[in-house]
Parts: sequence; structure tokens; C-alpha cells
Amino acid sequence: MIKRNSSTRASGLRNPQAVKLTLSEAPSELLRELVAHLRQNRTQLREEWVGRISETRLLTAMTKDEIFAEATSVYDSYVEALETETFEALQAYARNLSERIIPRGVETHEVVGIVLLLRDVLARSLFAKYQTDFRKLNRILDAYEPAANRIANTVAVGFVQERERVIRQQQEAIRELSTPVLQVRERLLILPIIGVIDPQRARQLTEQLLRGIRTNRAKVVVIDITGVAAMDVTVANHLVQTVEASRLLGATVIVTGLSPEIAQTLVTIGVDLGKMNTVGDLQGGIEQAERLLGYKVVPS
Amino acid sequence: MEVPILKQGEFLIATIQAALSDADLEQLRMALIQRVVRFRSRAVIVDVTAMDVMDSFASRTLKEIAQMIRLRGAETVIVGIQPEVAFAMVQLGITLESVATALDLEEGLVYLSQKFKNLA
Repeated sequence: MIKRNSSTRASGLRNPQAVKLTLSEAPSELLRELVAHLRQNRTQLREEWVGRISETRLLTAMTKDEIFAEATSVYDSYVEALETETFEALQAYARNLSERIIPRGVETHEVVGIVLLLRDVLARSLFAKYQTDFRKLNRILDAYEPAANRIANTVAVGFVQERERVIRQQQEAIRELSTPVLQVRERLLILPIIGVIDPQRARQLTEQLLRGIRTNRAKVVVIDITGVAAMDVTVANHLVQTVEASRLLGATVIVTGLSPEIAQTLVTIGVDLGKMNTVGDLQGGIEQAERLLGYKVVPS
Repeated sequence: MEVPILKQGEFLIATIQAALSDADLEQLRMALIQRVVRFRSRAVIVDVTAMDVMDSFASRTLKEIAQMIRLRGAETVIVGIQPEVAFAMVQLGITLESVATALDLEEGLVYLSQKFKNLA
């Protein structure tokens, strides 16, 4: 960007004749002039911008046609935001755009990158147009810069917010999918746990299980952790708490599928293994549960 | 507030209605042990379904009730602990170990009848 010469402005102020702003230099007028210029040169500037985008290898996840189509919408929204000086429409557009391109694998730095490139392309065209009138160029930039920066900000924030929304949604879905509480017999629940357990998931698991015990009037619960690779001390404590809380509701818990690592963790944290009922595998756990419930398996 | 205690054959059933003050808990303890002696009860069921919190004092009192009643040769079963209350209790490290628990009154009675059948 051109370095602003502040003495130019100061000397302008000291000069009484130059103090009064002519109508053609009022900020709103300048903005209108600027927007008109951007609209007139739309095709050329947009092309230049798309060229810069492929030069810097951004939006590689999209085809040339797609980039061109989106570039057109972004350009028009950009100019409109400059013109109306309102950003709600731009925010909505940014979120909408993000919703479309996030599944395509477009990253945050790419979105911020292309908006900044557009800002640069438009600024350069302003320099070119007003290069003979330095003072006017300064005034035009005074009108352009804050608006352009706000636009870049709005688009970036909109994109990030949409990304975060998607992530939250996915996390919720994963959590729900991954903690089924299954009733396999009268009074017998099975809770197969697969994957990574963080403290939040452990908490959700416990709540879900306790509700399940009450709803199904379960007397025995088999918690199978074959699918859990590792467990830190916090989560191991959660498991112990789950066993104790289940007992308070009158249910016995059998834990099956402990890996050697997890068994080690439990011993290390000093779990009273007398309190915890453990069996090697899920099959064994179900068999013991059935025995506790008074079932007898008879081959037919 | 006094906790109603009903006699059901050889058992006593105490139903806690709502949040009990420490004084109420003390009173419950005395009332229960007196009745266990008077009626020669074999077991006491304390129904805490209506309790939405269980703090360490309440928990300690229930354990003491169970101990005292055991000295009279009788059994205690706590029933009706709500899932949220159970969760809060274990997080605070409040356990009712050495006291029998059951899901609700029905399960509590089943537990007791099985227990006494085995002893008979």
C-alpha cells in the first residue's frame, strides 16, 4: 500500500482555501464514485482477481468454472457492501458460501486469502485511476480502506463461525451414535463402548446408562470396553464412578474386554478390584449376567 | 417435618417426602431405631425417591442408621435414588458402601424376601 504523507494533509488544513470539502469530495460522494468505478470495470477486475487466485494456488479443491461462478457472487456482494455500507447481507452470504464450500474441503486460509486478494486487486485499480491526483487518491482510500477491511473481517468470521457450527454438529452426532444402551434380556443391559472416551463422553455415557437402568429396571449391566484402546486416569475414575452410581440404583455392573493397558491403569489408580466385577470378554460377561439373573442356558 | 414410617409385616418402610433438614434426619434416626426395637422388625426400607439431593450429612446419617439397625440384627435397604442424585453422589465421593440399595420399593421388597428365604 502507498505510504500516506501526513504533511500533505496538514498543509491542506493550514491552507484556508483548501479546508472546505467540496461536494465532490464528501465521503459519500467518494464512495459512490468508487463503487461506480468498480462496477464499470467489473469484468476486467474480476478476471484479474481470478488470475491472482490461481497464481497463488488457492481454492485448489474447486474447478475453474466453480471459482469463476463464486468469484462473480463474491465480487458483487463485495461491491454491494461497499455501496450500502451495511454488512448483514454480506454476513449471510458468507455463511451461505461457507456452507457450500466447507464440505468441498476449502480451508480458512484460502477464504481469507481470496478476499484479501480482491481487496488488493481493487486497491491497485484505484491507484491506477487516481495516480495523477494524489490528494484525491488519499481521500478515496480513506473511504475504501475501512470498508474493505470490514468486509475481509466479515467474510472470515462468517466462514469460521460456520466451520465451528459444523464441528459442533458432528461432535454431537458422534456422541449420540457411539453410546447405545441395549437391552438384550429382561433386566439386562449391554453398553458396548467403542473408540476414544474423553471426560465429556464418559459423563454422557454415565448419564445415559443411569437413565437406562431406571427405565429398563435393569439388575445387571455389562459394560464392554473391548473397543477402547486406552484410558487415562480421569476416564478410568469415571468408569469406577459409573459402577458405583449403578449400584446405588440397585444394578450390578460387569466390565468386560479390559485390555492389558487399561487393566494396568486401573491397578495404578488403586481401584478396589473387589468392588469391580470384571470378566474377560463380552460373551463371558453375558453368561455371568444371565447366571446372576437366574437364567440357565440349555442346549436344545 | 416428620418422616412417615409404615409397618409392613416384619419390615418398616420410611418414605422421605422432600428435602430434609439435619434435624429431621436426626429425628428419623431415632424414630427408626425405636420402632425396630418395638416391633422387632427384620428390615427397614428407606425410600428416597423424592430426594433430589443427597449431601454428605444425609449420606452419613443413612449409613449410621444402617449400622444401628444392624446391631439389632436387622437389614437396611435404601431405594429410589434418582439417576442425577446417584451421579452427583459418586462425583463427590459420597458412597453408601456397606448399605444395600435397590431401584425402588418393589425391588427392595424382592431383595429382602430373597435374602430371608436364603437364610431360612
